[in-house]
Amino acid sequence: MKSPSAASTARPVRPFWPPFAAGIALGLVLLLTFMLTGHGLGATGASTRLTAWLGTEVLPQTTAANSYLGPMVERGNPLPSWITWQVIGVGLGALVSAFWAGRFRIQFDGSHSVGTGRRLITALIGGLLAGFGARVAAGCTSGLGLSGAATLAIAAFVFLGTFFAAGLVASRLVRGL
Amino acid sequence: MFPLSNVGALPDVLSGLLCGVLFGFVLESAGFGSPVKLTAQFRLSDWSVFKVMFTAIVVAATGLWALRLAGLLPADALFVPTSFVLAAAIGGALVGVGFAVGGYCPGTSVVGLFSGRLDALVFVLGLLLGTVIFAGLYGPAVEKLLALGEVAAGDTFSAAYGIPDAAVLALMAGALVGVFVIGGRMERARRGPVTAAQAVAGADEALTR
Repeated sequence: MKSPSAASTARPVRPFWPPFAAGIALGLVLLLTFMLTGHGLGATGASTRLTAWLGTEVLPQTTAANSYLGPMVERGNPLPSWITWQVIGVGLGALVSAFWAGRFRIQFDGSHSVGTGRRLITALIGGLLAGFGARVAAGCTSGLGLSGAATLAIAAFVFLGTFFAAGLVASRLVRGL
Repeated sequence: MFPLSNVGALPDVLSGLLCGVLFGFVLESAGFGSPVKLTAQFRLSDWSVFKVMFTAIVVAATGLWALRLAGLLPADALFVPTSFVLAAAIGGALVGVGFAVGGYCPGTSVVGLFSGRLDALVFVLGLLLGTVIFAGLYGPAVEKLLALGEVAAGDTFSAAYGIPDAAVLALMAGALVGVFVIGGRMERARRGPVTAAQAVAGADEALTR
């Protein structure tokens, strides 16, 4: 593997924002989102739409007949929607921030600690569990945990409670990276 | 007055991109593109995830409450998730395990990917696969199962249990102080927060053990 300096930009690595400052900024962004749209921030709304869109490209009949994805593709392409634009924005914002702060680096994070093969599996299994779990809960850490808690929703606090408890146990049993 | 989408102030493209860019910028600046930093919350050596999330929740919830009191935001104008507590509990546990094992949650995997992490791309593929499996299993039986345990009286603590919003906010502010105090103590007793330089260098044996 290349050393960090070889693969990174020439910019010096800037420190992360202090958590309290980042939290206030995140809270204001979330508040702005509610004031603009009436709902909060999210992520898996977009990945679910992407799944439905890929489904219509690969297996159109199966997707249309599926009771979960079918209703999403009834009115045509499910991708153009607020949540898709928001997730594209997340990518752009992260890219700008990482470049500006000298923190952009192409890497397979975790390959030094657990090896590339094992990291490939933990990233895939972790994503699969999170993707499945987010459909069960009808929301993810952002959409249900963060945004739901801002509306003082009961479901959001239940989600955050089991999220933390299960993550705490799992990180002791399985080494992901 | 709010939300502005009711008066067609901004098209979805602009509103979505604006909120997303700010969201992504803040998440990356907090260090949440790094799976080492994110999972350090579960190793209890870096409490940034909880500190940032709890602060954001208290700020946004207080802001929404103030807007409601000022009569600028009708209570029914907000999307409040339905109180399917069983589904939220099971889903939360699965996302928590996925986070601990995979190193990201769905939103932060996008941040990881756009800060150059290819393992985050694998996580995103996993997300799509998990969605496919859920869609494959979905049907009336699953729908019924996930609706079990709904709090029929309401979706918020004030609606369901009559706890005033101000009391819930005060409890959350207290919990926030607790997170900073207890988290700070645990960070000092352990390795301490993952720095930007460590995060950019990537996970290694010492950071993740």
